[in-house]
Amino acid sequence: MDKEIKQFTVSVYTENNIGLLNRISAIFQRRHINIESINSSASEIDGVTRWTILVNMTEDQMKKIIGQIEKQVEVIKAYYHTDEETIYQESCMFKIKSDLLFEERQIQNIIKESNARIVTVNKEFFVLEKSGRRNEIELLHRELSTFGIMQFVRSGRIAVTKDEMKITEMLAAFNN
Amino acid sequence: METLTVKQKQYLEQPKERISGSEAIVRCLLAEGVDVLYGYPGGAIMPVYDELYKYQDKIHHVLTRHEQGAMHSAQGYARISGKVGVAMATSGPGATNLITGIADAQIDSTPIVCITGQVASHLLGSDAFQETDIVGISTPVTKWNHQITKASEIPEVMAKAFYIAKSGRPGPVLIDITKDAQFKEFDFQYKKCEGIRSYNPVPIVEDSKLEDAADLINNAKKPMIVWGQGVILGQAEDELKAVIEKAGIPSAWTIMGASAISTSHPLNIGMVGMHGNYAPNVLTNECDVLIAIGMRFDDRVTGKLDEYAKQAKVIHFEIDPAEIDKNVKTDVAVLGDSKESLTKLLPLLNANSHTEWLQKFKDLYAIEFEKVIKNDLHPTKEGLTMGEVLNEINTQSKGEAAIVSDVGQHQMIACRYAEFNKSKSNITSGGLGTMGFALPAAIGAKMAAPDREVVAIIGDGGYQMTIQELGTIFQTKVPVKIVVLNNDFLGMVRQWQQLFFDKRYASTEMTNPDFVAIAKGYYVDAKRVTKREELAFAVEEMMQSKDAYFLEVCVEKEDNVFPMVPSGASVSDIRLE
Repeated sequence: MDKEIKQFTVSVYTENNIGLLNRISAIFQRRHINIESINSSASEIDGVTRWTILVNMTEDQMKKIIGQIEKQVEVIKAYYHTDEETIYQESCMFKIKSDLLFEERQIQNIIKESNARIVTVNKEFFVLEKSGRRNEIELLHRELSTFGIMQFVRSGRIAVTKDEMKITEMLAAFNN
Repeated sequence: METLTVKQKQYLEQPKERISGSEAIVRCLLAEGVDVLYGYPGGAIMPVYDELYKYQDKIHHVLTRHEQGAMHSAQGYARISGKVGVAMATSGPGATNLITGIADAQIDSTPIVCITGQVASHLLGSDAFQETDIVGISTPVTKWNHQITKASEIPEVMAKAFYIAKSGRPGPVLIDITKDAQFKEFDFQYKKCEGIRSYNPVPIVEDSKLEDAADLINNAKKPMIVWGQGVILGQAEDELKAVIEKAGIPSAWTIMGASAISTSHPLNIGMVGMHGNYAPNVLTNECDVLIAIGMRFDDRVTGKLDEYAKQAKVIHFEIDPAEIDKNVKTDVAVLGDSKESLTKLLPLLNANSHTEWLQKFKDLYAIEFEKVIKNDLHPTKEGLTMGEVLNEINTQSKGEAAIVSDVGQHQMIACRYAEFNKSKSNITSGGLGTMGFALPAAIGAKMAAPDREVVAIIGDGGYQMTIQELGTIFQTKVPVKIVVLNNDFLGMVRQWQQLFFDKRYASTEMTNPDFVAIAKGYYVDAKRVTKREELAFAVEEMMQSKDAYFLEVCVEKEDNVFPMVPSGASVSDIRLE
């Protein structure tokens, strides 16, 4: 079973240091693994950065890579999870000509049905934001592209896990 | 108000001194007990060299002839002493010239701190003269690296550098310091690093794992140990010996583990791997419990993984969790420091002797002796063999010399045949296979262990990659003994061409210069041996010399190293001819 290629969400808790992205991405690059998306943000702990990396590989390979990530001096802890073990979202934005909003009645329905949110509207364009699963975003993209999209951007995946991550305890143990 | 620990209070109450960043660097080195460092000056590191000039009575800077030489010297120093080696270079080409040595230290877990100068911080990213992104370049081959742009960061970063390089599984650390940070004055205070919250260098040894391991070992009928450098790095030689002797387990070593246990020990059954001994390779696929200690199942050790020790239960004693199950799936993994693990394992083991099982190793050794070793060490043909040179060195050094080998055929011969009575005596480039390693590494080794005989064994190819370090030997008068085993070929590549490329010797034949004349040009005593009857006397003259000595031995041109596990073959398919 270990040979099956699966999608994994990697969560890495690190110190906030210059160059760490290089160090972590190099571990994937060495094994010729493409990073599908990567996100860096604050975490639930002050001063600790959380990376969310989406990759496809076998679980066997995933375990080895997690070991090599954790080995980095400034990495506090790294985890990997399957889609079933996480709650995950992506976010996207569409920039669309404002005229279309009035000329194409269908657009208003699409916005309503997709739970997308209008961020701003001006004479020339309006900006639509949508958070959700990849397939929801792709559906919205397909529907809107028939009318013409001026700009589209999608974020990397962010995810929280269903199980607990005991980072705070780990850091407290160091201080004691 | 926050309460301070006694240590924190002491630290804050320490007198501060206002000094420059560059002086601070030297003071940090002194605080870490550094007595010698290897390097090469240049524009962006000049302020530090100016301080080294002022502190030259306290710290010895060795000017090598190339930055790669500085790295390998620092490695040789670290490998023989167990201390952190230090190399220094300027920005740009100075820094990039360190990279090969850094990669070598990374893969062979050698504790090194490299200090590089960098252009002034306002020039960073502007393609300034001699600017390279050395932090970016060195990232994949360092355990840790950091760029300092403010003088006030120096003490803390330097303390971390030494702590990280030495602790846990050791490795190279690179600290890049901008020139403005070297000039700037600040209030200096030094405190050694005692821990980093995101870094757990030594995992705790779990008793339950030790019990599982002991259970397997106590019930084994045909146990075999393969130890690696982890035993040397963990200073666990005595503990390993006690375990081996109590449980009566035949024990083999990887190249990096060589010399941890005396080569004459009756349970030492030789080297594993591509050019290792016949018995431990063949019997890897016959043992019932394989006990790996401080080794990482390198592909040169395992051969074809799908056919490696499949019949055996595998126990892995290892400090680095990332090594567990990386190449070989283990049944019991005991994480932790080798000394601690083996100390705790010993009382759990039953006294045993596996006489019949050990006899199998002896029987296979007899076959290897007949087919290979006899002809290597006591040849009857006309041409000299590399093996007989090693044999002569063994006879005269009585196994007391440290052998520093380069990479290739001579290295395999040196590792196969050198006799070792003392640990940390086999200094070679194992993981990276860096030609050019030995000459500068021997310089560092001899400086770290002036009372030991240090003999560099080098091929004619690798010798010419760092031959310029003869200049360092001449200038420092470091009495290293250099033996070049000259077959006028890149011998190992030629051997592969002969065996696997139908003798198409593409770019492996070398037209060599007069090596003796070159050595003499550097005022190093030198001799060339071409005949068997001259060998013993020449080796004796070399070993008796109080100064550096160069000995060229012209050996048979097309000899091969056997046994050999062909690339991609199983260890038990090892060839004797």
